[in-house]
Amino acid sequence: MKRQELMVAAIENGTVIDHIPSNKLFQVVSLLGLEHLKTAVMVGYNLPSAKMGLKSIIKVDGKYFSDEELNTLSVVAPNVTLCIIKDYEVVEKKCVTLPTTITGIVKCNNPKCITNNEPMQTRFVLTDAEAGTLQCQYCKKEQPLENVKLTSKISI
Amino acid sequence: MNPQRSFVTIADLSREKILYLIRMAEEFEAFPNRDLLKNRIVATLFFEPSTRTRLSFETAANRLGAKVIGFTDPKVTSSTKGETLKDTIMMVSNYADVIVMRHYLEGAAQYASEVSPVPVVNAGDGANQHPSQTMLDLYSIYKTQGRLDDLNILLVGDLKYGRTVHSLLMAMRHFNPTFHFIAPKELAMPEEYKVYCREHGIRYEEHEDFNADVIAKADILYMTRVQRERFTDLMEYERVKDVYILRAAMLNKARENMKILHPLPRVNEIAYDVDNDPHAYYFEQARNGLYARQAIISDVLGFTLEDVQNNKLQL
Ligand SMILES: [Zn+2]
Repeated sequence: MKRQELMVAAIENGTVIDHIPSNKLFQVVSLLGLEHLKTAVMVGYNLPSAKMGLKSIIKVDGKYFSDEELNTLSVVAPNVTLCIIKDYEVVEKKCVTLPTTITGIVKCNNPKCITNNEPMQTRFVLTDAEAGTLQCQYCKKEQPLENVKLTSKISI
Repeated sequence: MNPQRSFVTIADLSREKILYLIRMAEEFEAFPNRDLLKNRIVATLFFEPSTRTRLSFETAANRLGAKVIGFTDPKVTSSTKGETLKDTIMMVSNYADVIVMRHYLEGAAQYASEVSPVPVVNAGDGANQHPSQTMLDLYSIYKTQGRLDDLNILLVGDLKYGRTVHSLLMAMRHFNPTFHFIAPKELAMPEEYKVYCREHGIRYEEHEDFNADVIAKADILYMTRVQRERFTDLMEYERVKDVYILRAAMLNKARENMKILHPLPRVNEIAYDVDNDPHAYYFEQARNGLYARQAIISDVLGFTLEDVQNNKLQL
């Protein structure tokens, strides 16, 4: 294991989310609902990275996420890498893939959209995967993936 | 929950469905007064006022024997007390068999159709969609030309904000049209719709001049309002405001079958001397809205073309 990763304690079983752009760390925390977990979560913030300059890393002890949960990360941090840890060993490495339909995560940037005026979930479809274009399925306005805002979580 | 029965957007309708609704509208034009919807209740919820559209829908329902309930002034409803759209829709769906709604927010009809246990008809949702207008435009084109295929359609005026021209363009993709876009630079057809044309193999030409020669290409001349408030540069408005006015003298090279459409109300973009010209069709077009809306309401309530053909009982 690389030295810088050891700056954050190793975990016995769980999930490591690496290569998070540091400015997206708190969005990643919120997307996975880590603030509600009862298990240990270790966060390394602004670690030096050869590839990225500064990166962040999260290690979640005793917790595995579904692919669906992990894929929501692709909306803010498409290049994160995931390691599944069992008995201190990496048993699986994964990347995240952008889902074609994104429900309840992205905020529509059209103030006249019904989704910004009603307690409801948003729904976007990836209309152009290459350009990263999302289309709101309510007002039909398109927006680029790179500057999406996230909805404040609502329960329905 | 039955969103597939609702009528929310024109963009998803197939060629077959459009032609089917046109055939149904033809039946209603032949016999507009019937008892097809007796014992049915149609709710018209107008969260923003639109007298023209509301009268057309309510007449359509009344002429089919339905009863109409609803509101037109948002100030009298609970939405000003903070009631959500969902709660209003759930309340009304206890009483009505179909909800016709107009809303100032974009996507409101789509959302209503997802939460409503009864079908929803979109009578306009902000700047987004106004599909019953498009249906009556299509019916008017079909009626005057005898077909929807292979037509030359001139779109004139405000092509940037005019949702009727955008919806018409998308609905016509099934019918091999050639469009001519005629607009001042500031109100030109947005790039996303030109991309849409290219992706769907729709031919189009762009013109800035509006004269007898370009009108001579048209089977349909679709006029829209050029509104002062759409311009950021008022000098530009002053320069173009009279350029996109249709006058009778500009019709001397027009094809015999050519008809002039306009979603109404007009301001000054069609001179009054055009009204008596045989090419003028905008008043009949508005009446076609009645038959198109009779077809839409009947269809979302589950009545088929056959049901309509078998129901000739006059009220
Ligand atoms: Zn939206």
